Amino acid sequence: MNNPPDISQDSKEYEEYAHGIRKHVRGYLMVGALLLVFTGLTVALSYVHFGTQKANIAVAMLVATVKAGLVAAIFMHLAAERRLIYRILIFTGFFVLGMFWLILFAWYDYPIFR
Amino acid sequence: MDTPTSVEAHHDPHAHDAAHEHHELGFWRKYIFSTDHKVIGIQYGLCGLTFLFFGFCLMMMMRWQLAYPGQAMPVIGKWLPYIFGPSSMPDGKMTPDFYNSLGAMHGTIMIFAGVVPLAFAAFGNFVVPLQIGAPDMTFPKVNAASFWAFGVGGVIMMISFFVPGGPAKSGWTSYTPLADIADTGPGHNAIFNGQTLWLIGFIFLISSSLLGAVNFITTIIQLRAKGLTWMRLPFFVWAQFVTAFLLLLAFPPLEAAIVMQLMDRVAHTSFFLPAGLVVNGAPAYISGGGSPLLWQHLFWFLGHPEVYVLILPAFGIVAEILANNSRKPLWGYKSLVFSVLVIGFLSFIVWAHHMWMTGMGSAVSAFFQTTTLLISIPSVIILSAFFISLWGGSIRFTVPMLFTIAFLPMFGIGGLTGIPLAFNSADLYLHDTYYIIAHFHYIVAPGTIFGLFAGIYYWFPKATGRKMSDFWGKVHFWPTLICMNMIFLPMFLQGMAGMHRRWYDGGQGWNVSNDHTIWGLTGFEWNKPISWAAWIMGLAQLPFIFNFFWSIRHGEKVNDNPWEATTLEWTAPSPPPHGNFIGTPVAYRGPYEYSLPGRERDFTMQNEPIAPAERTRRKTPEELVPA
Amino acid sequence: MEIPYTVSNRPDTGLWNAKIGIWLFLASEVMLFGGLFSAYIFLRIDAPPGMWPHGLLNVPVGTMNTAILIMSSVTVVLAWASLKMRKYNAYWWYMLATITCGVIFLTVKLAYEWPQKFDHFGIYIKPEALGKYEQYLGNAYAAEKGLPPRLEITGHLHNRAAQNDPNIKEYEVALDPLNADPTNPEMDRPHFWPRSATEKIATIEKEDVQYATMFLPRHSAYFASYFTITGLHGLHVLGGVLVFIYMWLPVSKRLYQQNPEHLANRVEVSGLFWHFVDLVWIFVFPLFYLL
Repeated sequence: MNNPPDISQDSKEYEEYAHGIRKHVRGYLMVGALLLVFTGLTVALSYVHFGTQKANIAVAMLVATVKAGLVAAIFMHLAAERRLIYRILIFTGFFVLGMFWLILFAWYDYPIFR
Repeated sequence: MDTPTSVEAHHDPHAHDAAHEHHELGFWRKYIFSTDHKVIGIQYGLCGLTFLFFGFCLMMMMRWQLAYPGQAMPVIGKWLPYIFGPSSMPDGKMTPDFYNSLGAMHGTIMIFAGVVPLAFAAFGNFVVPLQIGAPDMTFPKVNAASFWAFGVGGVIMMISFFVPGGPAKSGWTSYTPLADIADTGPGHNAIFNGQTLWLIGFIFLISSSLLGAVNFITTIIQLRAKGLTWMRLPFFVWAQFVTAFLLLLAFPPLEAAIVMQLMDRVAHTSFFLPAGLVVNGAPAYISGGGSPLLWQHLFWFLGHPEVYVLILPAFGIVAEILANNSRKPLWGYKSLVFSVLVIGFLSFIVWAHHMWMTGMGSAVSAFFQTTTLLISIPSVIILSAFFISLWGGSIRFTVPMLFTIAFLPMFGIGGLTGIPLAFNSADLYLHDTYYIIAHFHYIVAPGTIFGLFAGIYYWFPKATGRKMSDFWGKVHFWPTLICMNMIFLPMFLQGMAGMHRRWYDGGQGWNVSNDHTIWGLTGFEWNKPISWAAWIMGLAQLPFIFNFFWSIRHGEKVNDNPWEATTLEWTAPSPPPHGNFIGTPVAYRGPYEYSLPGRERDFTMQNEPIAPAERTRRKTPEELVPA
Repeated sequence: MEIPYTVSNRPDTGLWNAKIGIWLFLASEVMLFGGLFSAYIFLRIDAPPGMWPHGLLNVPVGTMNTAILIMSSVTVVLAWASLKMRKYNAYWWYMLATITCGVIFLTVKLAYEWPQKFDHFGIYIKPEALGKYEQYLGNAYAAEKGLPPRLEITGHLHNRAAQNDPNIKEYEVALDPLNADPTNPEMDRPHFWPRSATEKIATIEKEDVQYATMFLPRHSAYFASYFTITGLHGLHVLGGVLVFIYMWLPVSKRLYQQNPEHLANRVEVSGLFWHFVDLVWIFVFPLFYLL
């Protein structure tokens, strides 16, 4: 059961396989370029005032989330992954956001700090 | 099963050659730096038991100070200063600092170097791959790395006993800002001081658990034998699966917090130090801007799931032994599985019930009280299902079963006494009293540790091919059960009378423990019977230690399935060879098919194919409905 | 004895072992950095006005490091794709590029950015003495413009001995442009290009000082979290580089010849880790450098 599913030695099938990968490669390069553009964008946007500091943070976090989403979806293949991995990540995301939220919720609920 | 028994297989020279054809490992690779899950499991088990006994010894020393405060310890008091340094116990009398150290290290060692390695890592490593029919863990080298990280962490914890100033003394929770400034200043090394070593040791212990957790989950997902579907898994595997997830997701925030506390102590940052902190009457020269509450949040984000890390493996062990010795299928298998999953989920969002005393507001209290009470529902479902499993069974009172039966009411007491603590208003009174000590010890001491003893007696034949002595097992069981209750029941009373858990003199100098009598003894005087019970319980462990080592070589030889159990680990030879199974195990049925009607034997193993007749019988529900 | 599914997929999960393993490990990493970021959020929200410094880091260098890390993410995924296409030479070069990027990132961080910070001095003035140093702080101007109060004077410490010698009663500081000319809107932080300290020297008496230190982790909650998070991130980069070096050495060629798919899987797994490290940096960069 441990044999590697090697790509076929048949030259025609190999061509198809390699072609599929090559198409992916173009995608990776484009995403890389896009990430660089977004990096420039987030630097530029940080010198624009969106009214309050909070708005600036929100904008920067939005750009960062888009970038992180691209890395996760394309480079880490999360755009098409097995259900098991999604499940693991959904739980993790839930708990990490729960931790952020509950700690802040608790913090703002201390009567002495209000 | 008509596979040859292990004894024959091992004496047959050809079989021997075949099994070890391409790897005859030397002693070191085979028993010390092994990557075999069974060897690692046993290593974990022996280390865990040693740490448990060591942690227990620390507690027995504390009990002397509580019962006879300020008096020199008899006999060993003379020698202890030579071990722990002259400032720890001058003339055999314990100093307050050393008492605090013992308390902090008792908690740390018992939980993180004793119970977690034993319950999760030892039983998980040894039993889980066997129960799911796997040849080994998915990542054997990572498994070995996990054990050695644990070893390094344990050694660092032990070294901290011998540095100037003694080991960590800020409680096992290491609350800041106290823990940030403890063990600093003149007479303390910058790195080699108790609290810093505690933190460094902890990083290793956490890394060990993380590596273990990754390995366990992957193993359970990927290496289940053919036919072993999720709902055919033994409950123990489910319990370990959820435990591994708790460790995986709850430990890292504590690791982050520990890194920050380490930064506070080594790089003098102020993560947990507020502005305007005064130390020894002088303002501390720090930047401030940190928050002690942050530490508590991150600590208890682990701390509460950790409680379930301690208890869930014990649940699993108890479930296996209960079904096996009542000769009945476990009652409500599916509800048990879903309960354990719900416990795992909820345990992440209850942590602030450890922090009622910090004065949090009503909204957040309401949230955490609700979740805390919610989590009692699945716990009660599990306990009820265990009790119902006993109903109508033909119970065999073997030694593992004795511990298991004792586990049920003990865990019940521990769990039910927790309910008042879930309520903010009741907890404000009971917090940091002996009531708390009694409550959580009922869960982890007569609860988890009884589960662990049961597991050791139960799987010992699988690991060695020999059974532990029944007689000595009972000599171990009865005094342990009685002494456990003698120790912890009075603590509820002491606690409700207002006795604080961290008093160094046992409450001698405090009116609150002297002006009421409970059944004729004051709160302080109750310390004496408790302490004596603890020491007697220490003696009661000697039969176990003797039995354990004696039985390895001289115990009664038994076959591969001495308990007539159904799960896959009993189809492997005892002890299982490298690679575990002879042939590839396949599961055809659920884990607890005991006393199937119309069968000669009262147990049907998981790898027994379903006979055609049986299939028809199962597929006609009309038969069950009276016309 | 052989452990199944090290290379091929288990039919019901559709995955090989190490892929589940690395994702579980990354889940725990998410919680680890989650704990650190929650501390960051907590401390930042908790910080009184003027106590969370702004614009002290070198933005162009940070931007460059971000770009380097992104490019390394591209090269590592190309290395994996080359292995899938069974082009070992291309793989070798892409891997070398990845390793180089990682090493440049670490070098910039450890040899340039951090030492520069360690060389900078900050002095928090006691609240009652703020008026005395108004000429360096410009609090009236800041209040008028709606900026947070300025409580700190920064620059290069001239008399370094003053840090440890209690007999020296004052600090002599070559001021940063902001403190040298506090009412000039041009000097308000943040700026894109970092500005070096001016020639203007201020003398600050120690008895007016609340807290003074180099830009070390102990300087403030801001630098504490900056050094802790980037330090831990740097350790992850180092770990990734070491793993990549192992896979780039001739050892991997032997594995490639035996079982190319196994090497491709290893690269995929370590690549996932590397992308995660990149992903963390994507949040670290704006949170510390820009906001």
